[in-house]
Amino acid sequence: MAHDHAHHEETFISKYVFSMDHKMIAKQFLITGMLMGLIGLLMSVFFRLQLAWPGESFPILETFLGKWAPDGVMDPNIYLALVTIHGTIMVFFVLTAGLSGTFSNLLIPLQIGARDMASGFINMLSYWFFFASSIVMTVSLFVTSGPASAGWTIYPPLSALPQAIPGSGMGMTLWLVSMTLFIASSLLGALNYVVTVLNLRTKGMSMTRLPLTIWAFFVTAIIGILSFPVLLSAALLLLFDRSMGTSFYLSDIMIQGEVLTNNGGSPVLFQHLFWFLGHPEVYIVLLPALGITSEVISTNARKPIFGYRAMVGSILAIAFLSFIVWGHHMFITGMNPFLGSVFTFTTLLIAIPSAIKAFNYITTLWKGNIRFTPAMLFSIGLVSTFITGGLTGLILGDNALDINVHDTYFVVAHFHIVMGLSAIFGMFAGVYHWFPKLFGKMMNKQMGYWHFWLTFVSAYGVFFPMHFLGLAGVPRRYYSNTAFPMFDNLTDINVLVTMFAILSAVAQGIFMFNFIYSALRGKKAEQNPWKSNTLEWTTPVEHIHGNWPGDIPEVHRWAYDYSKPGMDEDFVPQTVPLQDGEEVH
Amino acid sequence: MIQLLLAVVAVLVVASVIQIVRILELTSELKGGNTNAVTDKDNRNQGLLMFLFMLGMMGSFIWMWAAWGDLLLPGASSIHGEQIDNLMAITMGIIIIVFFITQPLLFYFAYKYRGKKTGQASYVSHNNKLELIWTAIPAIVLTVLIVYGLRTWSDIVNKDTSDAQVVEFYARQFDWTARYTGADGMLGEANVRNIEGANIVGVDLQSEEGQDDVLGRSEIYLPVGQPMLFRFRSQDVLHSAYFPHFRVQMNCVPGMNTQFAFTPTKTTDQMRQETGNAEFDYILLCNKICGAAHYNMQMTIKVVSQEEYDRWMSEQTPLANS
Repeated sequence: MAHDHAHHEETFISKYVFSMDHKMIAKQFLITGMLMGLIGLLMSVFFRLQLAWPGESFPILETFLGKWAPDGVMDPNIYLALVTIHGTIMVFFVLTAGLSGTFSNLLIPLQIGARDMASGFINMLSYWFFFASSIVMTVSLFVTSGPASAGWTIYPPLSALPQAIPGSGMGMTLWLVSMTLFIASSLLGALNYVVTVLNLRTKGMSMTRLPLTIWAFFVTAIIGILSFPVLLSAALLLLFDRSMGTSFYLSDIMIQGEVLTNNGGSPVLFQHLFWFLGHPEVYIVLLPALGITSEVISTNARKPIFGYRAMVGSILAIAFLSFIVWGHHMFITGMNPFLGSVFTFTTLLIAIPSAIKAFNYITTLWKGNIRFTPAMLFSIGLVSTFITGGLTGLILGDNALDINVHDTYFVVAHFHIVMGLSAIFGMFAGVYHWFPKLFGKMMNKQMGYWHFWLTFVSAYGVFFPMHFLGLAGVPRRYYSNTAFPMFDNLTDINVLVTMFAILSAVAQGIFMFNFIYSALRGKKAEQNPWKSNTLEWTTPVEHIHGNWPGDIPEVHRWAYDYSKPGMDEDFVPQTVPLQDGEEVH
Repeated sequence: MIQLLLAVVAVLVVASVIQIVRILELTSELKGGNTNAVTDKDNRNQGLLMFLFMLGMMGSFIWMWAAWGDLLLPGASSIHGEQIDNLMAITMGIIIIVFFITQPLLFYFAYKYRGKKTGQASYVSHNNKLELIWTAIPAIVLTVLIVYGLRTWSDIVNKDTSDAQVVEFYARQFDWTARYTGADGMLGEANVRNIEGANIVGVDLQSEEGQDDVLGRSEIYLPVGQPMLFRFRSQDVLHSAYFPHFRVQMNCVPGMNTQFAFTPTKTTDQMRQETGNAEFDYILLCNKICGAAHYNMQMTIKVVSQEEYDRWMSEQTPLANS
């Protein structure tokens, strides 16, 4: 039983390294995710330099990339490796493990009223698989033939044949090993989250009283359990094709003057398998961010979240639809055109639950008494990027329109805004909001404000102009646009984008500084600094095993009784019993 | 040595910033405030910034369209491309309208309802009627978009290609080869296992269909107004044949044939006049990551009158003779 842990002798190793306490594991996920995020961020600055000033010499590139940037000029192969690893790190290591790993771990037990996760041991394993996966991915950056370079979607045959691109040698093998470990980590984590939410809710915490954060984490975990195994099988088959001579994805290939013996396989099969995870993955990244935003917006608008049931309903609807839209990544791959029609239909349907969520967020602000904490700013930023990015999905999800913008910068703009920015804003909101719970300290507010505004402005500055590049026909993953005269007059846009990218990287420096400073020297937090209703704020500031020193509190109401008429204060914690004659929301 | 000095300086700078922040926090606490609590003044400032951001965002959006509108692809040069452009215009119109309603609303509410210590929020938890409205409206708009989109798609992919002229585009790292049918109107069977010498696309030269096939490289011609059936193959990895001006794109998949049917409507000369760019050319580029020179895998396409096309074609040598 989890509460027995309190009686164990604690050593440094069992407390900080091989910890089974969900709060420590959350911090481990967060810090590992942030370090990986720094690598991904730095890579994006490097390839943005190349895109704005192709062929110019930047000594910093030679410092970091060594032989891959002789005289400070980036080699085309390392350019492709950088975009590949940037995507892999950001999607999986930061926005999947960093986001879900941190906040599902921290908040599920605390907000449902549990002493810890259902299995502390499996939880620990989940982190250490993730850690191993991060190490392997980082090591892969240093192999002689270069890291994986076939794009984060690793489409074969490019990813299967070292003859096609140097990154498909040892780098790709390590990529696959790393992702296998990563998938194991995700599955272990997700199983734990689902079981914990279903079985360990405290007395009175019915599913309809769950905070929306928990609903989001819960549904995310289910999506992960159903989709990650498919990626695993795709990766294993690719591994077989690479090293055992099978032909799952390969057929009729001649490379470097040599005809391969592979026959009968189909690269399109890989894409089906990949996107069967790949699209749900978008929501694995996005839903936790939306859940965090629901909580942060409601708390700081001092108002109940608008349309709780509709919010839960749309999470479920999005989760269901996310499994039947994967083909919209494949309209022009040679897939049967009729299938394209089906996927367009299902894809555009997602706009309905998404619109409901956006409207509900906006209406939650309406007639609120908004307190602009840094977390609140990032949540409002998320709603903005979710709308902007979601809208262009109407173009990309429509197969007839996709023909001409597929794989252009329009796509890059779309998914970075709707998924990248929204999810990372949700993650920032979560860090600012729950920093007092993670570290017992407050983060510096002024630095938070600067961080938000610089990030928000520069993020739009980076990605908004990319729509125009896309509509001008510029393909993504181009090492340089100089080979085509028709792209010559787009140079100014590329320079502008890179300027904003550098600014946003600098802004993350403020965040890192604030994070480290506040964790070490920050002001001690009060128990409930945001005057919030949810259970995590009833636990002591200093972490203890089992979370509550005495009995687990009982829950008597939903999490969103803010500014309820007839109450003394503008918040009513979930532990407060209903008064005589008080109406449920 | 210089690096070491720089590192020492960096550490010192960070350390002094830490101390400065600490001092600022402590002095403000001495004055009785709690530095990290949000004050009414913060709410006012941040609310105002929200409002200003909204103005800036809307303003720069309009500025970008004005400044960069001309840089976008010119109108389509194919029959189905015009359909795509119309659908795009309508979709884009809807998107811009929704964008200009929802974003200002979001930031305006943030500004308008900025908090005060004495303020009071309304306890509104839901409103079924309102929620029904904003579920129904997107549903109706989407139904229109879906129906219109699917009809366009179905027009594009279900063309009658019986009298179309077939041209094959063959992709490999890192160039394109076009293959014309020759006089018989039929392409010969092909496979990478037949590649030899000048037969770089692996045509079966035993077959009559294959012997008169004609290859074109780096610059090829198409007759204007003639329905075309483009077929695609790849020799090594995935490529994507992207003809942005025709609104045509299809992946080239090793071990599989793909196709796209369309009709070019404007000659290269016409486009040069319309765009005012004497250098204008239709191009084919690769749009699926395929290796180091992916960014430079191109072919120029001249759309010309039927007569000029016939003249060009008569100068080409059949594969069996080359």
